[in-house]
Amino acid sequence: MNALAHGASYGALIILTLLTTVAMGVWFERKFAGRMQSRLGPTMVGPVGLLQSVADVVKLLNKEDIIPRDADRGLFTLAPVLAALLSLGAAAVVPFSSTVVAADLDIGVIWVVALGGLTVIATFAAGWSSNNKFALLGAMRGIAQSVSYGVPLVLSVLVPVILAGTMSLSGIVAWQTRHHWFALWPVIPGLPALGLFFLAMLAESNRIPFDIPEAESELVAGVTTEYTGAKFVLFYMAEYVHTLVGSAVASVLFLGGWDGPIAPGLHWMVAKTLALFVAVYWVRWSLLRYRSDQLMALCWRRLTPLGVGLVLLASAWALFAPGGPA
Amino acid sequence: MNDASQLSLTQSYGPIFMIVAFSLFIAVTMFTLASLLGPKNPTPEKAIPYECGSESTGAAHVKQSVKFYLTAILFVVFDIEAIFLYPWAVLFQRLGVTGLVEMLVFLTVLTAALVYCWKKGALEWQT
Repeated sequence: MNALAHGASYGALIILTLLTTVAMGVWFERKFAGRMQSRLGPTMVGPVGLLQSVADVVKLLNKEDIIPRDADRGLFTLAPVLAALLSLGAAAVVPFSSTVVAADLDIGVIWVVALGGLTVIATFAAGWSSNNKFALLGAMRGIAQSVSYGVPLVLSVLVPVILAGTMSLSGIVAWQTRHHWFALWPVIPGLPALGLFFLAMLAESNRIPFDIPEAESELVAGVTTEYTGAKFVLFYMAEYVHTLVGSAVASVLFLGGWDGPIAPGLHWMVAKTLALFVAVYWVRWSLLRYRSDQLMALCWRRLTPLGVGLVLLASAWALFAPGGPA
Repeated sequence: MNDASQLSLTQSYGPIFMIVAFSLFIAVTMFTLASLLGPKNPTPEKAIPYECGSESTGAAHVKQSVKFYLTAILFVVFDIEAIFLYPWAVLFQRLGVTGLVEMLVFLTVLTAALVYCWKKGALEWQT
């Protein structure tokens, strides 16, 4: 019971922190994008526009909830709830320090990958139930993209699992604390695996250059075309939470998680996660969108063989390297 | 940190259900707030599926390219094979060279399948 209470209280704490970080993250992204394009970004609500996200949510909650004609009403309402639930659920197993973790599962890695993969159900439910051509097209493209990039994602995650010999996320961090961060050593499967994970994560959370399901210049707003008010907020939130949790998982798997000198572990974990989160924005506002067929070709012809190669290298390293993993 | 295995199923998975419940609570709160605050003024025009302002033509569930179904099959093949690698990855330092050779055979079959799909044109999306 004690472990349950511990997990539940940390779970609530982690979710609230994530949601606050997402609200601030949206503000930061708009400021960041503004600066990159020689604009100021939001300035009006609160000091330097800090409360812009709060104002946006309040505004969206004041909008009418419109369900399009002939839409599947139940599914239409369920889809955003599912999206939010799956993205927040993945955060349950992420260790932010040796104690700040809601549920330290033995199979934490599988849990994260599985919930990330399940988000396609929410995308498809939204696209199919909207009874809108743009939404359905966006959903089909999005699913094709997410399931395809699931393959390199799973392969890249295998590299730390092989080297550390455990699927527990905190176990992987503990291994890196004892030895070295996987992004630094062994550099060859480690660093490319981090890059592969980062790319696949961008694709799975539908970020530019891989934001095909939204593709506002061709598909209006993709799967979210017919969504208004609170349901749109949930979708939007889910996307940011997905990216944030992905950044956290990348820091845990490859960058040593809470390991670092001087400062407390939690600070290191937060710093690494936010650095990757900012990197996602940086990519987003620097690059153009890929075309759907280029995206699929890149995944199956380049990234998947690369992933298989990295897995082989990692296993060879673990067995034969002098002073490799014991 | 490996004492998780000694915890009961409720203790290790319980917090996850708490998080699910908490997420549901957030969603329900949002829906309630929206239905309290938002205007309710449905008109037939508002309920028309958005199609850039013109009248909606034909069924929304249009036929999709067969490429999507092909991708789904590819995914099932490769992702399930990749998932098979996880139990091996955890244990293989104990399995030693035998385990590595066995996995090499498995990965060779996997790579051969990918090459076959490639040659058959299953990885061509531009048309």
